This record gives sequence, C-alpha cells and structure tokens, in this order.
Amino acid sequence: MCNIPGMAQPLNILLVDDNGLRASIIEEGLREAGHANVSVVTTVAGLVKRIERLDPDVIVVDLENPNRDQLEHFFQVSRAVKRPMAMFVDRSDTAEIEAAIEAGVSAYVVDGLRKERIKPILEMAISRFNAVSRLARELAEAKSELAERKTIDRAKGILMKVKKIDEDAAYKLLRRAAMNENRRIGDVAASLVSAYNLLGDA
Amino acid sequence: MAGTSFIRAGYVPLLDGAVLIAAARKGFAEARGVALALQRETSWATIRDRIGVGQFDCAHMLAPMPIAANLGLGPLPVPLLAPMVLALGGNGVTVSNVVAAAMDRAGPAGYDAAPAGAGRALAAVVAARRAEGGQPLRLAVVHHHSSHNYDLRYWLAASGIEPERDVEITVVPPPLMPDALSGGGIDGFCAGEPWGTIAVTRGVGRIVTSRAEIWRRGPEKVLGVRKAFADENPEALARLVLALADAAAWCSRPENFAELAGLLAARDCLDVEPETLMPGLAGRLQTAPGRFRDIADFMVFAGGGANRPDPAHGRWLYRQMVRWGDAPSSDEGAAIAGATFDPTLYDLAMGIGDGNQAASDMTGDDDAATPQGPRGLYDVNE
Repeated sequence: MCNIPGMAQPLNILLVDDNGLRASIIEEGLREAGHANVSVVTTVAGLVKRIERLDPDVIVVDLENPNRDQLEHFFQVSRAVKRPMAMFVDRSDTAEIEAAIEAGVSAYVVDGLRKERIKPILEMAISRFNAVSRLARELAEAKSELAERKTIDRAKGILMKVKKIDEDAAYKLLRRAAMNENRRIGDVAASLVSAYNLLGDA
Repeated sequence: MAGTSFIRAGYVPLLDGAVLIAAARKGFAEARGVALALQRETSWATIRDRIGVGQFDCAHMLAPMPIAANLGLGPLPVPLLAPMVLALGGNGVTVSNVVAAAMDRAGPAGYDAAPAGAGRALAAVVAARRAEGGQPLRLAVVHHHSSHNYDLRYWLAASGIEPERDVEITVVPPPLMPDALSGGGIDGFCAGEPWGTIAVTRGVGRIVTSRAEIWRRGPEKVLGVRKAFADENPEALARLVLALADAAAWCSRPENFAELAGLLAARDCLDVEPETLMPGLAGRLQTAPGRFRDIADFMVFAGGGANRPDPAHGRWLYRQMVRWGDAPSSDEGAAIAGATFDPTLYDLAMGIGDGNQAASDMTGDDDAATPQGPRGLYDVNE
C-alpha cells in the first residue's frame, strides 16, 4: 500500500458480528464511505488468528457478542496484538458512547488514532445497527400480526361451529368479550382456541 | 412509605445469579416494594457497559469488577458500590481427560481430595510437558477481572506453577467451556457451575479442585450498584438489599433446591437441564464419571454473614490485581478497594448496628484477615 505524505493511511476495519446480514449492511456502508479495507468475521472460530493477520485499526463488535470478554482479554494481554486497543476513542463524548451502547455497538480502536477519523465510522455503525433492529422489530410485528389474524380466524370458526352463527356474528362476539374483559381481541381468541383444544377431545 | 421502586438489573446466566433471579421471579422483590426488571447478558463486558452508561442501576458482578471500575481500569469506569455479596464459592477447576490422566499418573491416589495435592499433580504434568518441549497448558477463565482468574493463579503459584511462564491463561465464555475443552482449544478451565458439571457429565473433563477449597467462603459475585443510583435512591436500594436477603435465605434452603434449579434452568434464563444445577447447589459434585465428592461451602448464598461485604476482602482482591499486574500498587488503591466493599449500606438496610461499625473495618484492624491473606485460604495456617 502506498503511503502518500500528508494523506492518512487507509484504515483497516474489522467487523465482528454473528448476524451476517447486519455485518454486510455495515460493510456496505463503510465501503460507500470510502473505506476499502473492511473485513467481516461472523464466526468466532479462528478470530484471534484473523486479528493477528489483519492487524486492524478499528474493530466493531456487536455488543451482545458472547465473545467480547475474550476479545478484550486478547487486546489487553496478547503479545500478538502489536498495538494496544481500547474501547471507543473519545471517552469525553458520552452521548456518542450511550448511543452506541443503546444501538448495540462496541468499537475497539488502536491507541493514538485521531478521534475525528473514528467518529464517522462509529456514527455509521450506530445508524445501521439501529436500522437493522428497526427492520427486525417490524418483521417480528408483521409475523405476530399474521399469527394473530390466523388465531382470530380459528376462534371465529370455533364460534361459528359451536354456536351455529355466521362469521360476522362470531367476530362481534369476540370483540364484545374483548371489550368487556378489557383484553386484546387476539388474546381472547387465543384463550378460546386453547380452551377449545383442551375440551375438543373430550 | 413510598410506592414501588423500579430497579433495572443485569445478570449473566450462571448458578450464582440465583439470588437476583429468585428475587425477581419468586416475588421477594415485589414483597419489599421493588419492581425488579432483570436483563440477561452474554458477557461481563456488556454488564459493565450498560451499568457504565446508566442503562442498569445495578448488576450481578464478579467481585473484582466494581473494584476495577473504581480504580478507573477498563472502558467506561463509573463509581460503583458492592453493598451486598450474592454468592460465595461456586467455581471449579476442570481439566481435560488427557490432563486428568497425566495427573493420575503423577499424583498419589486421592490427590484431588485437597487443592495442595491436586496442585502438586498438575505441577508435575506441567514440568513434564516443559521437559518434553510440549506446548504449555492453556487454561481458560471467564474474565480477566474475576475471582476465577485470581484464584486459579493463586493456586497455580502456590503449587509451584508460574502462571505467566508455565501455562497460558485465556478467556472463554462459560457456556462455551465444555466445547472448548472437548475440541482441544483449551486444556482446562475455571468457571462457575454448572459448566464443570456439564463437562464431566458429557465425559469431556474432570473437576480437580474448586474455589471453595482454594479460598473457602471467598466472595464470588456481588451486587454492583452505580454509586449515583445509591446516593439518589437510598430507600429503594435498602429495600432491594432486604429483598435479596430474603431471596438468598430461600435459595440456601435444601428443600428449595429442586424448585430453584427448575427456575434457573428455564430457557429464558440459563437454558440448561435442571439436574445439571443440583450438584452445585447441594455441594456434592461429580468430579469424574461415577465419582462424587462432598465439598463444604461449595456454593453459599446466605448464612454466617455471607452477604455482608468485607473491606478486607476488597483489599485482598486488590492485592491479587496488583500481584498479577492488573493494577499499580498504592495505599490509595487499597483504600479504594476496601471502600468498594463497605458494609455500611448493608448494615443500614438490615438494621445491623448504627452503620458505624464499618469504620473500624475500613481502617485496618480487620479480624477477617491474617497478614498472609483472608481467612479460608487453603495454604494459610489459621
């Protein structure tokens, strides 16, 4: 790699995230921001050797990664890490640190790197972590909504069969029960379905 | 009386998280007017970070962690207190079958009845390896600032093994220890239960000694509390301490062990088989297939002053941190470590004395320690 005087060396960035999709979304963001040397590790097997070989300037690790204690120990004591690494770089920027932890990002940075060089990387990781969590949340909500609709359909079917009423009347019955008991209609439907299943074989 | 206090706490899924988990799930917190919101974490680093930025008010912590924070070691250090001890003991040293077989050849029969014998056998194995030019044994602990690390090093050094030269000490998350042992990534580990028991029942290793034997009744986990939270919410914290004391008393009664094991084994908690938790609770460990050993005070949740923090213990842990190069040596550091384990808040919450008896504990003169170290160390004559 050439070293042009007056220009900063390109940063070596390593992403450690067992969520491969999220890792690739962040990798893409880093590449768009002009970082060419980005490596991604999704499994922890051989991670220490990878770090030794890559000698990264910045390591971004998802906060919930169970191997963080191991990684920190490694940064602290290993002779293989040629340069000391510390979590975050600007300890005075508490808002940023809080945002990172809230988003589920931790970052370890080689000692002596200027904080202005790290800040955009961290900010990008935080916003993309948040975007991925939002997507995951929306997906989970959509899934549970779909499941709830299925349960309500099943409960309506039970009421129609047992009470010999039509679909509209069955739905109204469920809705009234939900209002009377101050519960969600999906919860009432789920109780009905499980009660029916219990009694069903009797 | 004020209304319900909402307290957020983090924990790592281990047997010694029992007191916090029982307080939240068996209604002990609620009964004392505390809504205790527990969050499971997968690493001590995340516990430290979340308490550091104030997402947790308190947490299940390795005993040296709040000392490290108060000494400004590691990332995001914030002032912490350890107003209560949550568990004593609970850890075992497990080695691979290969190492255990070599220890069997090196040691006399029954060498593992006490740490000194097990240490001599391990030292012989280490020496033989070095003579053959073999790789040094790789031993894993759960965290750098942990009693596992310091007790293991204490035991190795007392056995004539130099931790920095003769073995390699690394860090592995507890649930991954049995796999790392069977895969050959490590030759042994010191971790909390149930991971030693799980390694033995899977046939991948043997328990050769335990923390309760190396340092009997040494503090293992504490309640780490943000000092800012303690200062602003003294009443809520006192109620939490009372609730935890109730839970600790419940956890330590043998008739509750089966229920406790079921509670902890749940998928959203430790996610293990309940029977893997019983040996640790009862202090009767299967150290090798078909071999059982009763270990006194193996895992202590309450009784005999177990929950009262002792400044002498804080200072002893600090001495271990200094000994192994994790902290510079200073009188100030020792004072910080002692003050971290100040029992004043515990005494106030429990209604013991007027809280002033702590003062004598903090100015030296502690009866819990000899010049060689605190009571209960296996190689210190009392």
